[in-house]
Amino acid sequence: MNKKIDVKKHILVPKYQKLSDKEKEELLQKYNVTTSELPRILKSDPMLAGVGAKPGDVMQITRNSSTAGRNVFYRVVVNG
Amino acid sequence: MDEEEKPEAIAEETELEEAKAPDAALEVKAEKKELIEPEHPIYKQVSELTFGMLSPMMIKKMASAKIVTPELYDKEGYPVDGGLMDIRLGVIDPGLRCKTCGSKLKECVGHFGYIALARPIIHLNFVPIILTHLRCTCRECGRILIAQDKIDKYGEKLKQFGMEKGEEQMRKKVKEIISKAGGKCPHCKAKQFKITVEKPTTIFEDDKRISPIEIRTRLEKITDSDVELFGLNPKATRPEWMVLTVMPIPPVTMRPSITLETGERSEDDLTHKLGDIVRINQRLFENINAGAPEIIVEDLWDLLQYHITTFFDNEVAQLPPARHRSGQPLKTLTERIKSKEGRIRHNLVGKRTNFSARTVISPDPMLDINEVGVPEIMALKLTVPERVTEWNMAHLKKFIERGPKKYPGANYIIRPDGKKKKLTEETIEQALEELQPGYVVERHLMDGDIAIFNRQPSLHRMSMMCHRVSVLPYKTLRLNPAVCFPYNADFDGDEMNLHIPQTEEAIAEAEILMLVQKQLISPRYGLSVIGCVQDAISGNYILTQKSFAMKREEAIDLLAQVGITEPSRLPRKETVTGKEIFSALLPEDFSYSGRSKSSEEPDVIIESGKLISGVMDKNNLGEGSGLLLRNIHKKYGEQVAVEFIGKVFRLGIETLMRRGFTTTVSDTDLPEKTDSEIKRLLEASRLEVEELIKSYKDGTLEAFPGRKLRETLELKIMEVLNRARNEAGIVVAKSADRSSHTMIMALSGARGTTINLAQMSATVGQQALRAKRIEKGYKYRTLSCFERNDMGPEAHGFIKNCFKKGLAPAEFFFQAMVGRDSLMDTALRTPKSGYLYRRLANAMQDLRVEYDLTVRDASKRIIQFMYGEDGIDVSKSEAGKINVKRIISEVTGE
Repeated sequence: MNKKIDVKKHILVPKYQKLSDKEKEELLQKYNVTTSELPRILKSDPMLAGVGAKPGDVMQITRNSSTAGRNVFYRVVVNG
Repeated sequence: MDEEEKPEAIAEETELEEAKAPDAALEVKAEKKELIEPEHPIYKQVSELTFGMLSPMMIKKMASAKIVTPELYDKEGYPVDGGLMDIRLGVIDPGLRCKTCGSKLKECVGHFGYIALARPIIHLNFVPIILTHLRCTCRECGRILIAQDKIDKYGEKLKQFGMEKGEEQMRKKVKEIISKAGGKCPHCKAKQFKITVEKPTTIFEDDKRISPIEIRTRLEKITDSDVELFGLNPKATRPEWMVLTVMPIPPVTMRPSITLETGERSEDDLTHKLGDIVRINQRLFENINAGAPEIIVEDLWDLLQYHITTFFDNEVAQLPPARHRSGQPLKTLTERIKSKEGRIRHNLVGKRTNFSARTVISPDPMLDINEVGVPEIMALKLTVPERVTEWNMAHLKKFIERGPKKYPGANYIIRPDGKKKKLTEETIEQALEELQPGYVVERHLMDGDIAIFNRQPSLHRMSMMCHRVSVLPYKTLRLNPAVCFPYNADFDGDEMNLHIPQTEEAIAEAEILMLVQKQLISPRYGLSVIGCVQDAISGNYILTQKSFAMKREEAIDLLAQVGITEPSRLPRKETVTGKEIFSALLPEDFSYSGRSKSSEEPDVIIESGKLISGVMDKNNLGEGSGLLLRNIHKKYGEQVAVEFIGKVFRLGIETLMRRGFTTTVSDTDLPEKTDSEIKRLLEASRLEVEELIKSYKDGTLEAFPGRKLRETLELKIMEVLNRARNEAGIVVAKSADRSSHTMIMALSGARGTTINLAQMSATVGQQALRAKRIEKGYKYRTLSCFERNDMGPEAHGFIKNCFKKGLAPAEFFFQAMVGRDSLMDTALRTPKSGYLYRRLANAMQDLRVEYDLTVRDASKRIIQFMYGEDGIDVSKSEAGKINVKRIISEVTGE
C-alpha cells in the first residue's frame, strides 16, 4: 500500500500537454492575449511534475465535457 | 452585503478617514490639460490619487474663515464675523450671497473654516495608531526600536509584506520584532517604559500621564524613513498630525439651522457641539494668557478634549454622551454616517423611487400575458409625461380639463423652463390658457402604457419584466397566472412592485428589452418559462382526450370566449372533437412531434396545424418543459408564442368552466379488491421485516460491505417498507378511475401525484427523519407505548393507515415529527441558499462573452475559452441543444 500513487494516471484526471513555442504563439495570436490574461497553473502543481515546465510555458488540457463532449483548455505556468 | 465586501488591503488611513476622520483627506493630483475654449467646461484629468491625512497647513489653506467666537448671530440676527455661522462658510438663508464664492443658496456648496486650538488635542480615531508609534519608537531619540542593521536587512521585506497583507498586519509584524528586542533603544541605549491607555484618550507612560504636547513632540521626532516602516506615507501622513493643533470647521451647509414656526432659530447638533468647542477653547486661551494655575488649565484642556472627542463620535463607550437640554443625545459626525439610519445605508444605498407602486397581487386569466392590471386609484397617482406638440395639444388639453381627480386626467404640467405646476381646481383654467407646444403634461396612467413589474427576490432577469397597463377597478395589481412562474409568485398575499418609466428612451428600452414576450425563452435551459399551470393544464388534458366531443355551435362559442372569432378552422361537422377545437389555436402550417406524460396516447403528433394524436398535458404546455412552445416561438416569433400561450390558457380554463371540475373524497375510494390487496401487501412486508429482524438476532444476516450489521438491518428494513409504499401506490394508480378529477390532475401533471393519492387512500408509508427511520425519543424506544428494543415497523414511524381512514396516535405523532423537521429545514435553508446565490451572482457579475466566444472578466482575462465549452447561446437553442436533424429537414425538403 505504500507504493506512491501517480495522480497523472488516475481515471478522472484529464490529459495535460506542454505546448511548443510555436503552438504557444499561435494560441496567443488566436485569442489576442498575452500570457497574463490566460488562466494559470502553479509550477508546483502535481500535474507538472516531471514535465519540466518553466514559468511562461502553456499547458494544454484536454478534458471531457458534459456539453461539448471534449474540451480544450489552456493554462500558463506561474511560480508558486 | 456589509460583511462580504470588505476589501482586505485598504490602507489604514483610508479606512479611518472614510468613516470617521474629518481631517483626513485625499489629495487629487491633477494634470493640467491644454487650455480649452472658455465656453467649454474646464476639466482636469485625474492621474493619481493619494490617501493621507489633513496637515495643519492644509487645514488652514482650505479654510476660508478663522472662527474665534462662539456667538452665532448679533442683535439684528445677522451672522457674526468669525462666528460659527459666518457667511464666509456658505449660505443657508435665501437671498444672501456667499462671501467666499459669491453664489446664492443651493449654488454654494459651502466652505470650511478652522479654529486654532489653545492646546493640542488627541484625535479619538487615531489613538490606536498613536499608541503603536509611541510604543515602537524611542522616548529619547525618536528612532524606531529596531537596530539599523536589521532595518537595512528586513526593511524592504517588511514593506513588501505590507503591500500584500495590508498596513494593519505590517504594524503587527513591527510590534513582534520590537517585543523581541527588549527594553532598550538600540540607537541611543535609552531605557524604554511601558505605555498604557486609559480609554478613550488618556495616555500614560510608566503610570505618569503624558500630555498631548509631549506626545506630539515625540511623534514629530520620528524620522520619515521610520514612518514608512509603520506603513504610512510620510509625504501624505505625518504621525504628529494625528494630534490636532488646528481643527477644521465644517461648512454651514452641512449643519443648517431651522426656523421654527415661532420664529425661533434652532441650530443643528453639530453647530451646538462646535459652539461648545469654540467656547472652551477661548476660555482656555484666556486662562493660559492670564497665567491661571495649572490645575484650572488642565481641567479646561480635558474638557476641550471631551468636546472634540464627542464631536467626532458621541457614542464612545467610556464617555457620557453629550446631550441636548431635553436629555436626548446629540447626533454628531460618526452617528450621521454609520448604522442603518446613517447616510450610507439610508440615503446612499437605500434610495427610494418615484413613479412606483406596490400592493397585493391577484390573478386574472382574462388579461393578456403581457398585461398588468393596475387599480384606478394607482392610475390617478402614477403619471406619464407627454410632450405637447401642435398635433396633440387638443388631445392633451382634455386631460388637463379633467384635472387630477377625474380619470383619465393630469396631475402636473411642466413649463419649458423646467418649472413644475400642480394642477388643482383653481389652476386648471390658467394651465389651459398657457399650454403651448414645448410644455410637458404629466397625464394619468392609461391602458397600453408601459410599466415594469417586479417581484422580490429579483434573482433572475425574468423577475423584472415589462407589461402593458390595463387600468381596472378594485385595489390589487393583477396578472395572468401564467406569468407566476418566472416571478415565482402566488396569491397567498404576495406583493409586487410597479415602475413607470418616465422618458421616451426608458420607455423604448423597457419595451424592446424587457417586454414579457422578449423574456419567453429562459437563458438557463432554452425553453419557455411561461406555460400553462394548474387548471389550464387539466382543461386542455380533458379537451384533447380521445373521448371528448361537443356540438359545433358550442365549440364556436368556446373559441369565441378564448378570443378566436373566426371559426373557419373548425371542420364542418355536426360534432367536433376536442383535438379539432385545440387545433384551431395552432398556426396553420405548424408540424410537431413529441411525447406526452400519459401512457394512453404517448405520441403527440401535430401535422400542418392539426393535432392528430396525443393529449396536451404538462409535458407539452407546462412551463420549462417540452419543445412545443419552444418550436412555436422559434418558427413564428415571440408575438405568436405569447398569444398562443394566452389562448391555450384561456381555452383550458374555459373548458373546465363549461364542464365543471372539482375534487371529492370519493375520488379516493378504493374497490374492495384493491383494499384487500393493499392489506395483503402491507402484511407481507410486515412479515418480511419480522424475518429480517429474526435473522439479525440469529446472526444469520449478512452485513453489506462497509456497513455495520445494525446499519444493514436498517437499510434492508427501509427498503422493504419503501417498496411496500411504492407498490401500494402502483396498485392504487392501477385501480383508480382514470376519469376521476383527482386522477385527471395527477395524470395531466396539473397538481398532485399518484403517491399523494395513495397516501390518501391506501397507506401513508414510512416517515423518514434525515434519511433514517425515526429513532429519537425514549431510551431504547421511540415512544412509551412501544416495548423496549422493538425494531418493528410501527415502532419506528411506519404509518400503515391512510389519511382518509385516519392515523393512530403514535402514527400521528411520527408524522408531526417529520412535518416539523421539514418545516424548520426549509425555513433555515432558504436564507442560507439565498445568500450563497447572491455571493455567486456578485462574484460573476462582470463576466461576459466576447465576440470570439471566450468568457472574460472585467480585466479581459480569459475564464473560459469557449462559452459553456460548446459556445451555444442557450436562449437561442432548443433545450440547450441544436436540433441538426430538424434544421436539415427544414432546409432540404420540408
